[in-house]
Amino acid sequence: MNKSKVSLGYDFVKGFIDENPTFKLAIGMCPTLAVTTSVINGFWMGVSVVFVLAFSNVFVSALRKVIPDEIRIPVFVIFIATPVVIVELLMRAYLPAIYDILGIFVPLIVVNCLIIHRAEAFAYRQPVINSLMDGLGSGMAFTINLMVIGAIREFLGTGQIAFGSVAFPEVPLFEPAAVMLTPPGGFITLGVLMALLNIAVARVNKRKKAGSDIGYGNC
Amino acid sequence: MSVLGIILGGVLVNNFIFMQYLGLCPFLGVSKGLDMAMGMSGAVVFVMTVASAVTAALEQFVLHPLGLEYLRTIAYILVIASFVQLVEIFMKKALPGLYQALGIYLPLITTNCAVLGVAMLNVRNSYGVVMSTVNGFAGAVGWSLAIIIFAGIRERWKLMDIPSVLEGFPLALISTGLMSLAFLGFSGLFKNLVK
Repeated sequence: MNKSKVSLGYDFVKGFIDENPTFKLAIGMCPTLAVTTSVINGFWMGVSVVFVLAFSNVFVSALRKVIPDEIRIPVFVIFIATPVVIVELLMRAYLPAIYDILGIFVPLIVVNCLIIHRAEAFAYRQPVINSLMDGLGSGMAFTINLMVIGAIREFLGTGQIAFGSVAFPEVPLFEPAAVMLTPPGGFITLGVLMALLNIAVARVNKRKKAGSDIGYGNC
Repeated sequence: MSVLGIILGGVLVNNFIFMQYLGLCPFLGVSKGLDMAMGMSGAVVFVMTVASAVTAALEQFVLHPLGLEYLRTIAYILVIASFVQLVEIFMKKALPGLYQALGIYLPLITTNCAVLGVAMLNVRNSYGVVMSTVNGFAGAVGWSLAIIIFAGIRERWKLMDIPSVLEGFPLALISTGLMSLAFLGFSGLFKNLVK
């Protein structure tokens, strides 16, 4: 596709399917697994990432012509670390309970591959408004992924899904499997989810080879 | 908390990959062969040990006395990024042999969240400079143990007939999950030594 004709709408939407951070690119795996013991944790982590990603994409893109190529990574890191500190302070002030649960994974947003990947692969080459859309799109897709994984693990691990003080269903329908809330449960849930997605993709598109290759390890 | 407790905790009980989800991207990305995994492990052990010492010293002598704790995240990541760069330049000149072996892995370490993660954990547990260094070293050894075992497993995949839907990430994650389940067994051991 011709780069100049790519629309703002596509820049927003592509994060959900074509360039889905978790299932297509498989980046940002640490928070994807670490904070998804419940829907609500996944949600707050996702919101933080949306904010940081939009902020860093806009600044990287606005200054893309001034940033020297050799030191672009340290410069990106500064644009990423600044909003992370803002999120950290805001969360500690207004959501102390969530801040305690997410723990070191809030400051670790700085080294989330997703953010540096979007800065390097998109914002450093594209206009500001497109970068903003890209950041919002990828960030929201990431949030949805976290919430879906969180929902599965919370439901199987505790027997219910809690939103604040309301839980559904009120009484667990089965004996909850606490292993889903432990690290092995996280790895296996995501692995099975990816396999199911591969089956779905293979069904939809028979000629496309299913199975993703592990190729994004350089970040 | 004793030194032995920190070492056992870092290597087995609170293994970075299997129990704390730190450093997963390079774990999944650089585990295609044993050679690669060992090269990366060497680089990680070195960088993580020294980065722990440097960030702990920074916390103790600069950030804490000046009341600048809120700048911790920025300060740490800048220190780690510049340290990695420095190591690369130094090794290129002084230790060309080692640089040849580790060179390509070094730049990747800046974005390895285990390095920043261990620095953050050191502060949260209020370890001093010495204990932080030990913790960084132990964590890195645990990370290396995980990636080397996993690389060994992945080498055997080449001989196996894997269903196409499981190829790549799904199987990698499920195998990691099973290994993590095995490591869960360590959490009951050494209860008096490791918290």
